Amino acid sequence: MAAIHLKQLRHSYRAQPRDDVAADWALRGLDLQWRDGGAYALLGPSGCGKTTLLNLISGLLQPTHGRVLFGERDVTALEPGERNIAQVFQFPVVYDTMSVFDNLAFPLRNRGVAAADVERRVHEIAAMLDLEDRLTHRASGLTADGKQKISLGRGLVRSDVAAILFDEPLTVIDPHLKWRLRSKLKELHQRVGLTMVYVTHDQTEALTFAEQVVVMIDGQVVQAGTPVELFERPRHTFVGHFIGSPGMNVLPCAVDAAGVARLDGHAVPVASRSPAAARDKKTELGVRPEFVRFADGGLPVRVERVSDVGRFRIVDARLGEHLVKALIAEGQKVPSDGGHLAFDAARTQLYADGWIVD
Amino acid sequence: MASTKVHNQKAWWLVLPVVLLVAFNAVIPLMAVVNYSVQETFGNNEFFFEGVRWFKDVMQSARFRESLLRQLLFTAIVLAIQLPLGVAIALAMPRKGIGVSICLVLMAMPLLIPYNVVGAMWNIFALPDIGLMGWGLNRLGLDFNYTRQPVSAWVTLVAMDVWHWTSLVVLLTYAGLSAIPDAFYQAARIDGASKWAIFRFIQLPKLKHVLLIAVLLRFMDSFMIYTEAVVLTGGGPGNATTVLSIDLVKIALGQFDLGPGAAMSLIYFLIILLLSWLFYTVMTRGDEN
Repeated sequence: MAAIHLKQLRHSYRAQPRDDVAADWALRGLDLQWRDGGAYALLGPSGCGKTTLLNLISGLLQPTHGRVLFGERDVTALEPGERNIAQVFQFPVVYDTMSVFDNLAFPLRNRGVAAADVERRVHEIAAMLDLEDRLTHRASGLTADGKQKISLGRGLVRSDVAAILFDEPLTVIDPHLKWRLRSKLKELHQRVGLTMVYVTHDQTEALTFAEQVVVMIDGQVVQAGTPVELFERPRHTFVGHFIGSPGMNVLPCAVDAAGVARLDGHAVPVASRSPAAARDKKTELGVRPEFVRFADGGLPVRVERVSDVGRFRIVDARLGEHLVKALIAEGQKVPSDGGHLAFDAARTQLYADGWIVD
Repeated sequence: MASTKVHNQKAWWLVLPVVLLVAFNAVIPLMAVVNYSVQETFGNNEFFFEGVRWFKDVMQSARFRESLLRQLLFTAIVLAIQLPLGVAIALAMPRKGIGVSICLVLMAMPLLIPYNVVGAMWNIFALPDIGLMGWGLNRLGLDFNYTRQPVSAWVTLVAMDVWHWTSLVVLLTYAGLSAIPDAFYQAARIDGASKWAIFRFIQLPKLKHVLLIAVLLRFMDSFMIYTEAVVLTGGGPGNATTVLSIDLVKIALGQFDLGPGAAMSLIYFLIILLLSWLFYTVMTRGDEN
């Protein structure tokens, strides 16, 4: 069993972190619960704490505060080798002087598994990873994707492993091999039913791999949800920016006494039910370019630029001092100069100080 | 296909400085030695061609064989001590914090002391009556006197070389260790590897190339040891510590036997070349991928 439960996890790399100074903390406190056999992604920019979180789960780091539970078992104080997890790193780790077979057998031999069982397990895993014909080769002679498969194999080979953690495993893989390895991962996930946690800063990797994506920034979780939730209802403007291509339009706006959001003076209907609550904060409108279209009436704009990216066009439209991006499907008209834009009200969110207003 | 290469013979002038430097620095002195090694002289700048006579003489002399054996033994002993010891110290050194600089400075210190000063220091340090080491060993009940007993002389000579040069192995190894990415250690922890397994399967393979350099440098330097040994024991007691270089100086400059001295120099040089090539070949075997 490896449902993973993180309780009030905080971590600092300093010897004496000050509780009230955010900069002292690499992880500023998070609670997460992941089900057994799930596929999860940690997504965020470099330095947001996602690798720290991964290392806390695998036990390479001890948290400053909080606890890590695998199922019912508290593993916070256990060594990585004693936890039933494996980890695949950004740069492929193989034991250069060993053959592929010995590499895969290494974690089992270290744990005193009988030779016959080692033999059987290694062949089983090698078949799964398409490494069977290379078992006798020196591991150092393999290409980067082959080496990364060995790293993964050393995790899969252990029968006690219930979760595998991936730390940006495709960084050094050639682009044309990336999709192959990625689909291999998906296939393995479905086949072996292990919990998988995948760290990346690439939204495509995260959204295609995971059933739940945890978006992090500055050592905090800003949103944990399904890819659809992250796309349709970002809880923070950062999530809106970070996910989607192009990212969400985030437009500074005002909220009047009646609770109506006004963009450059024009009233804009929003999905939020109590906009008035946000009046004295910094308010912004968030709407994805996918939910912006040209209409007969609405916000008067001037078209500044149209970029054709194949199946659709990205239009940069000027509204007063704001620049609004719109995604216009093939076959739909784009006015050559002036026109009117309409936002899909159900998918236009109001944000106060960066956070969504419900 | 027509060649589009531009032929500019004037470019040779740019190579000339290097050619001259190498010529005067290496080729011409070596040729002078080759020249002496095939001739006999009785002074007055008169030379007589002798062919390979001096080479035969040197190869057949018991004196040369004994010096060579002493030299091989000395090199084997210091390599056998300095390499494992150097690696062990490097492994034990701190990886971060203030300790790093302190250790590095302490380690670099012996390397910065002039060779003859090292010899003089150990000469005094090992004196049985007033030297701390010699006096201490005698106080412990050991009969230690490096000017009279061959074993004492050898112990002192080896101890001096270990003190002087182990640091080089330490520094090279430490640099090699620092270049191993953290992920290897992390993966090993997750794979449940023991400390020995980490050393055997991660550190040692990754250190292979710096250790090759360490072996070559230490081999060549220890095989040519002269200054410290001369200052410490002068080759004695008797001929007990007369290694090749000391013997060579006795023949070429002490007895002024230019021919045999030159022949011995060339044989000495060829042995170093051969053994270095051997170490290199053995240690880089199977490196092709």
